[in-house]
Amino acid sequence: MGETSRTLVLGIGNILWADEGFGVRAVEAFHRRYRLGDDVTVLDGGTQGLYLVNFLQEHDRLLVFDAIDYGLTPGTLKIVRGDEVPKFTGAKKMSLHQTGFQEVLSAADLLAAYPKDLALIGCQPLDLEDWGGPLTEPVRTALEASLEAAVDILAEWGITVEPREEAGEPLLANDIDFTAYERRIA
Amino acid sequence: MGIQTPNGFNLDNSGKRIVVDPVTRIEGHMRVEVNVDDQNVIRNAVSTGTMWRGIEVILRGRDPRDAWAFTERICGVCTGTHALTSVRAVENALDIKIPENANSIRNIMQLALQVHDHLVHFYHLHALDWVDVVSALSADPKATSQLAQSISSWPLSSPGYFKDLQTRLKKFVESGQLGPFKNGYWGHAAYKLPPEANLMAVAHYLEALDFQKEIVKIHTIYGGKNPHPNWLVGGVPCAINVDGVGAVGAINMERLNLVSSIIDRCIEFTEQVYLPDVMAIGSFYKDWLYGGGLSGKSVMAYGDIPERANDYSPSSLKLPHGVILNGNLKEVMPVDLKDPNQIQEFVTHSWYKYPDETKGLHPWDGVTEPHYELGPKTKGTKTNIEALDEEGKYSWIKSPRWKGNAVEVGPLARYIIGYAQNKAEFKDPTDKLLKDLGLPISALFSTLGRTAARALECQWAADQMRHFQDKLMATIKNGDSSTANTEKWKPESWPRQVKGVGFTEAPRGALGHWVKIENGKIDNYQAVVPTTWNGSPRDPKGGIGAFEAALMDTPLADPNQPLEIIRTLHSFDPCLACSTHVMSEDGQEMTKVTVR
Repeated sequence: MGETSRTLVLGIGNILWADEGFGVRAVEAFHRRYRLGDDVTVLDGGTQGLYLVNFLQEHDRLLVFDAIDYGLTPGTLKIVRGDEVPKFTGAKKMSLHQTGFQEVLSAADLLAAYPKDLALIGCQPLDLEDWGGPLTEPVRTALEASLEAAVDILAEWGITVEPREEAGEPLLANDIDFTAYERRIA
Repeated sequence: MGIQTPNGFNLDNSGKRIVVDPVTRIEGHMRVEVNVDDQNVIRNAVSTGTMWRGIEVILRGRDPRDAWAFTERICGVCTGTHALTSVRAVENALDIKIPENANSIRNIMQLALQVHDHLVHFYHLHALDWVDVVSALSADPKATSQLAQSISSWPLSSPGYFKDLQTRLKKFVESGQLGPFKNGYWGHAAYKLPPEANLMAVAHYLEALDFQKEIVKIHTIYGGKNPHPNWLVGGVPCAINVDGVGAVGAINMERLNLVSSIIDRCIEFTEQVYLPDVMAIGSFYKDWLYGGGLSGKSVMAYGDIPERANDYSPSSLKLPHGVILNGNLKEVMPVDLKDPNQIQEFVTHSWYKYPDETKGLHPWDGVTEPHYELGPKTKGTKTNIEALDEEGKYSWIKSPRWKGNAVEVGPLARYIIGYAQNKAEFKDPTDKLLKDLGLPISALFSTLGRTAARALECQWAADQMRHFQDKLMATIKNGDSSTANTEKWKPESWPRQVKGVGFTEAPRGALGHWVKIENGKIDNYQAVVPTTWNGSPRDPKGGIGAFEAALMDTPLADPNQPLEIIRTLHSFDPCLACSTHVMSEDGQEMTKVTVR
């Protein structure tokens, strides 16, 4: 007892691949809007696969944003908790190294680093095949509700978030932030 | 009925067809079809895959100084390598020179990625093709300890350590959650290790999983963050101030020392765990020398890790550069990435359209126009292919060729070229490894050789990190702490129209980016990645690529459980492939396996 709990807010997916970028765009928006304490890490995990297991070792609670292909109406959010999470993650296997997030969780388990609290905010994609395409309208619209869901889950875990009064350093830069990436190029 | 390919293989597709089809839709869906003879020996191989494509569409009109950030997202493992290749391409186009310190830091980052990737590939993506996890459960911990201590001085080797591990593993397996170990061909006849060697390897699987967090700290320090470290056209984005304090801001002495200690640990882990494991595993597979394919014939490397900043000539590059054709180790020919007649991509058997498909296109002039059509002998439908027709178009991967020749790229290619060039740092460790295993030089041209070359290269890379870290420290001590050249940062200082090429040796092989810049914006951008070279379909002359070649003439113990196919494909560390299942000729699913 008395140990501080460390929480990881993680977005995964490939921003170059239309709705597959949901997780990263959600965590980017979350970071832009909210300021969090030192005990919370907000991470753009991209398509890192197994390489992410070490972040799980360093945190004991995990909130994941990811695209999930579960045959729902595009843009539908699905909130999954605990042991149900491994069944849902990864609309696509997230890494070229074939490791879906299920494998990351299993690997964490093998290293005795399985999160004590685990929640997934999943979003049903419309299009995963449009290479270089933006988020589709339904998924873009779902971003807002996904942030609210995240705030609620963190509150359950006793973590309060504070809206930023002024802009912090963005999570993604160099023209791949949401606004710049999606702008039309002449 | 056999077809002789121009690159020396005899293809016969009259026997039973086995389809190994990974279903998972990652950034590449890889599928392999082979024909086996009545002895279950592979006599024809057809490799197909979807490849990421369209980076040129995403990048057209963007600022070339940001291209690295996009290319870093192409792949989840080669992130830094793509970024480095991209900044090199832009610097080449704009004739930007980087400071010595930037060269050292980039080399350390690239080498750290090599070490990281090779370790993770071996233990987490490939070892289980050689190591039977379930067999490890019946190992004797005491005997495992004796085995471990007989091959290495690595301290984690007591009987108690292996006993605890075995208990953990048992619990894990019994919980029904095999996790990363699920869908293996456990108990397959092609597994040759005794239970103790299996248990030792599983222990190191877990240690490597834990150790990787140390390696990536190098990227966090020099790249500002990880994953997705920062890069900069003109140098590196980190400033150096040795007198600074704290963990933020410029690189200070404390953090330089941290990098140094991580490098020591990388060297230690490679020498005391990775290499001894490869030797121990190799000693049980000395009779399984299949999978050589193109490696004994034609290989290519661009070279990488420049000793001197801005000097990308072979004399400055520490990783070998050149091409060997038709097994002639006496002649290593230079590669010119700018020569329109050397590197060309063909689409005769790829799902793209060219105005004239008998000719290839140099990447600067590359076009990517999808054109999905199947050959007349295809079985099945466009959306549910049962068997491909390799005489028609059959892959989303293009066929890059060097002067018309298919070549293998990757660690084995680099070691063969270094060996042929008589470079002691590549030849001596190779000779020693072969001698210790009691194998002739020809054994190098095999799946095992590919796996061994990667381990040797990991050791080489760890040692080179030490070299460049020392060099960086020396330069800083001499009063030079510059890390970036911003003279040509502003687009107003650029010519109206320029083009450039950047190259690296990614962990899995030669990587090139070609960029055309017009009025300060990207006009065309093409990347030819290692898996395109290795995984390419046939070319107009019928030459087969490295994956297809490597599968030829391999006997399968059980065609329904093609562990041998998976093992050889994994030895390339391919940037696609995923969960596979095996289909019989009538399209019935027979077996499913998670390819790691």
